[in-house]
Amino acid sequence: MTAERPTRIPEILRKHEAEMLRHWMRLQQEAVTRRRDLISDQELQAQSQEFLGLLAAAVQAAGFADVQRGAEWAPVRDMLATISRSRSIQGFTPAETAAFVFSLKPALYERIREELGTDANGQFEELRRADELLDRLGLYTAEVHQKSREAVILRQQQDMLELSTPVVKLWDGILALPMIGTLDSARTQVVMETLLQRIIETGAEVAILDITGVPTVDTLTAQHLIKTVTAARLMGAECIISGIRPQIAQTIVHLGVELGDVITKATLADAFAMALRRLSLGVTRVTSPRA
Amino acid sequence: MVERNEVLEVRTTNDIVRVRQRMREWAVEAGFSLVDQTKIVTAASELARNTLEHGGGGTARVELLVDGGRRGLRLTCEDHGPGIADLQLALKDGYTSRDGLGLGLGGARRLVNDFAIDSRPGEGTRVTVTRWK
Amino acid sequence: MDRIPILKMGDLLLVTIQVDMHDQLALTLQDDLTDRISRTGARGVLIDISSLEVVDSFIGRMLANIAGMARVLDAVTVVVGMQPAVAITLVELGLALPGVRTALNVERGMDLLRGAVHDRSLEVSDDGRAE
Repeated sequence: MTAERPTRIPEILRKHEAEMLRHWMRLQQEAVTRRRDLISDQELQAQSQEFLGLLAAAVQAAGFADVQRGAEWAPVRDMLATISRSRSIQGFTPAETAAFVFSLKPALYERIREELGTDANGQFEELRRADELLDRLGLYTAEVHQKSREAVILRQQQDMLELSTPVVKLWDGILALPMIGTLDSARTQVVMETLLQRIIETGAEVAILDITGVPTVDTLTAQHLIKTVTAARLMGAECIISGIRPQIAQTIVHLGVELGDVITKATLADAFAMALRRLSLGVTRVTSPRA
Repeated sequence: MVERNEVLEVRTTNDIVRVRQRMREWAVEAGFSLVDQTKIVTAASELARNTLEHGGGGTARVELLVDGGRRGLRLTCEDHGPGIADLQLALKDGYTSRDGLGLGLGGARRLVNDFAIDSRPGEGTRVTVTRWK
Repeated sequence: MDRIPILKMGDLLLVTIQVDMHDQLALTLQDDLTDRISRTGARGVLIDISSLEVVDSFIGRMLANIAGMARVLDAVTVVVGMQPAVAITLVELGLALPGVRTALNVERGMDLLRGAVHDRSLEVSDDGRAE
């Protein structure tokens, strides 16, 4: 491999920082991807300036090698990652976020052309390096953005799961879980954690799992229900499954689903009555009239 | 990418406790939830015990992993014991080896995200499990 | 610690497991308990595992074994204070601990034990033998 000429990009970045920054800002502001509603010009300027400084330092220290993983490029990666993550949360698209890096190209190329005017080969070399570098950094930015989005979606799914499994205290020692929707394994984990936590908090001895809102009960769903019942039992609480619609009862029998010794009741009311009896509690009519 | 790794000897029942403790320490450091910590530590206990009792002793390699943004904890238990002849059978729930010791592989598998087993009769067994945060 | 202490309270035995037990300690506990039940004629055993952060299949089997042996010696066993993370893990492992009664805490466990012991002492068959 022929020896590569040392790059003059760090020098160019430093020498022409002010003009480049102005040019770059103008390009960013004029771009269709500019989201003035989400980030102010001052903020953008500050970020752009910081980036130029870090970029110059990194190229100075490590050239163009190992941009994705090298230690010298870490400050640049970290800065882009921070910007990218915050943009992702703010609602920028990956393209809008990556535009931060890509829009620097014309500004940098202008200055390279200026500095290396008559040296065609030299110009080509530097332009090629700058192009490759900014492409890589731009793509990195888009990747971080994507991962950040995925993390947000995951968190939202988690939140939704938790919201959709409320645990209600019906009476001292009696909890009810109205389950709505399909009971997959992820949901079961959340249900178990929530239920067990509430058992501890309320000292419940009976938990009623109402499956009126569960569309079908196949072998897998039954397994999940049994897991939940078993977990509660290990903590000293008995479970009653209620809300068994006639169709569900038929499916259970047809599929030969084994519910073991789990107590089942057709309605939540029946289950509640049974829970009261189990705790030696009863409901009495108050005979004295209200004053 | 392996951020950190440590190899522990599994020769005595006290070593099983050490494997549990190390897994717990690193799981806490990696930021696992309490339930996830318990799952991976329990799985580690099952595997380390298998290595000791079925495999005649061996090693447990604990690794802290980083992949993109997420962190994981990987455990590789290896022995040069008799190996497992029928893997399919061993992975089924309730399978016990001839001296009545439950191998618990099926159960341990449910406690982790990634599970891999390599076993050759007469040569030994290696089980690798990973739990991601 | 080379042995887990067993406390006697009336006709009940109380065990609190607070350490991450190595296998030998668990086996010793099994033996010690069986021995104590037999010698004292205890009618109930309460095992407090509220400090246990890990219960693997070995410990799970130990608990089931204790309950089984106690039963043969006409004593009721109650395990109390299982931590939620432990319960979820045990269930995932496929260990339901059948034959092991459970309660949320020591207080509930004692109530359960007293009730169960009382019930058993009422179970007398026609020929006068206790069930």
